[in-house]
Amino acid sequence: MTQMALVIDLNVCVGCHACVTSCKEWNTSGEAGSLTDVRPYEDDPSGTFFNRVQTYEAGVFPMTDTIHFPKSCLHCEDPPCVPVCPTGASYKRKSDGIVLVDYDKCIGCKYCAWACPYGARELDEGRKEMTKCTLCADRIDNEALPERDRKPACVLACPTSARIFGDIHDPQSEVSRAIRERGGYPLMPEWDTKPSNHYLPRVKTESSCGCGKTGGCGSADASADASFEARFERGEIDLAALAAQR
Amino acid sequence: MRPAFSVIFLTTLCGAAQGLMLALVATEAIARAMRIDVPPAFYITGAALAVVLGALGLFASFFHLGHPERAWRAIAMWRTSWLSRECIALPVFLAFAAAYGAAHWAGDGGTLVIGALGAAASIGLFVCTAMIYACLRFLQEWASPFTFVNFALLGCASGCTLATACAAWLAPSLVGALALCACALTLAGCATRLASLARNARLKPKSTVQSATGIRQAKVEQNSRGFTASAFNTREFFHGQSGEMLRVVKIGFVVAAFAVPFMLTGAGALAPRSVAAALALCAAFVIQYAGLLAERWFFFADAQHPQNIVTMFVN
Repeated sequence: MTQMALVIDLNVCVGCHACVTSCKEWNTSGEAGSLTDVRPYEDDPSGTFFNRVQTYEAGVFPMTDTIHFPKSCLHCEDPPCVPVCPTGASYKRKSDGIVLVDYDKCIGCKYCAWACPYGARELDEGRKEMTKCTLCADRIDNEALPERDRKPACVLACPTSARIFGDIHDPQSEVSRAIRERGGYPLMPEWDTKPSNHYLPRVKTESSCGCGKTGGCGSADASADASFEARFERGEIDLAALAAQR
Repeated sequence: MRPAFSVIFLTTLCGAAQGLMLALVATEAIARAMRIDVPPAFYITGAALAVVLGALGLFASFFHLGHPERAWRAIAMWRTSWLSRECIALPVFLAFAAAYGAAHWAGDGGTLVIGALGAAASIGLFVCTAMIYACLRFLQEWASPFTFVNFALLGCASGCTLATACAAWLAPSLVGALALCACALTLAGCATRLASLARNARLKPKSTVQSATGIRQAKVEQNSRGFTASAFNTREFFHGQSGEMLRVVKIGFVVAAFAVPFMLTGAGALAPRSVAAALALCAAFVIQYAGLLAERWFFFADAQHPQNIVTMFVN
């Protein structure tokens, strides 16, 4: 059985929000109808987005990591939002495991949004229907598009290739390999929803030529200058550590 | 969670209607067994009140929907959805309550059979309504047998108080016994609700910012939730009130839903045939209902949705 999903590489996401804007652009122009923006140019704008990039700071200063964290529907293998829907508008597509909403059947009761622990669903304020990430269901099988464009809009927009799209049930797929080899993990595993989307954790990046600490390749013994400026130039002075000592 | 007034009215109005129906049927069964003569007007008025309250609850529920004109679709998924089952159980309950009143009106002999079916529908509806909330396992405040016990006991308490008030006008001989039942149910409801408050106060959230993001460091803080103003997620899952307001509502509902009606119903039972007693019993129901509105508001506001971990708390 196929289960399409995104694998999001937190190691390379730079938090540029290109996935957010490309998602909004594609999905607001689609056949399902626009994604409402309310008061877009006033103090308290509000609007429907399927994807949002949050930013976290992890660790204690000065040893902190800034982690940009894109968040959208995780297309759970056991989605708690689907069985609770009273009309059958919310469903998991058998052919590829994508969790979708049949907007014409949605009565806007918001029960599915309550039932999603991730907060992945948003009721569109204008259409009064529940909306969510479709993994661009109208792109990925669209034969009117060139084959290389049959991917979710966010995946195509990402400038650092932080978003990988594929079938996590195919052990040979790029997503399965990434999960296996780079420690891909699901969110909130405690609720046993089996999210299909996975995240690749931050890893410490070591310089490929093994000389990252001395400022440049081949420069390790180029200078014996012991002045503060020279040591700083060589990267021996850790300004962050000095700041923490004060 | 943000308390939705449509759902607060739906659950409290229907709860009182279901409790009233159960009180009527129990009264008829016991009165028949003990050969006590009860005027049919008591049952007819009671059943009519149950239908009116239930219908008002159903009416209120439509205001919760984005597309009320598609509400008929909600009966489709009864195999999996408790909400769908509730949408079926509520009209069934209303139909039995109406039939029960009509049978008494017509002087039909089979009233107790229709009443028994109505009582079963009433209990079934309590199960459906409570399970809508109790089945959401990650809303830890709701995922507990207390949800059903409280919905059922509080509905029965308010319904029995209303039955006592009806009896004060239409069947004064029943007031003493019904008032005793109403006081006992109010006391039992108070005990289980306080127990559930104590349970919820001790809950430890299963989800943390670490489990929600997979970032392993002990200290993880959100710098940006990805948008600057409000969104569906900031509105729907948070009550938007201060902790002080929550405490006021909590004390308010304990006083209004339990303490005051308990005393008024008890006082009414002491002089069952006076006008003052009838007025006190009516006041007991009105105050208890207002208290239950506050109780249901608190029920929603108290629930902590795990998505708030990643959406609400920005520096």
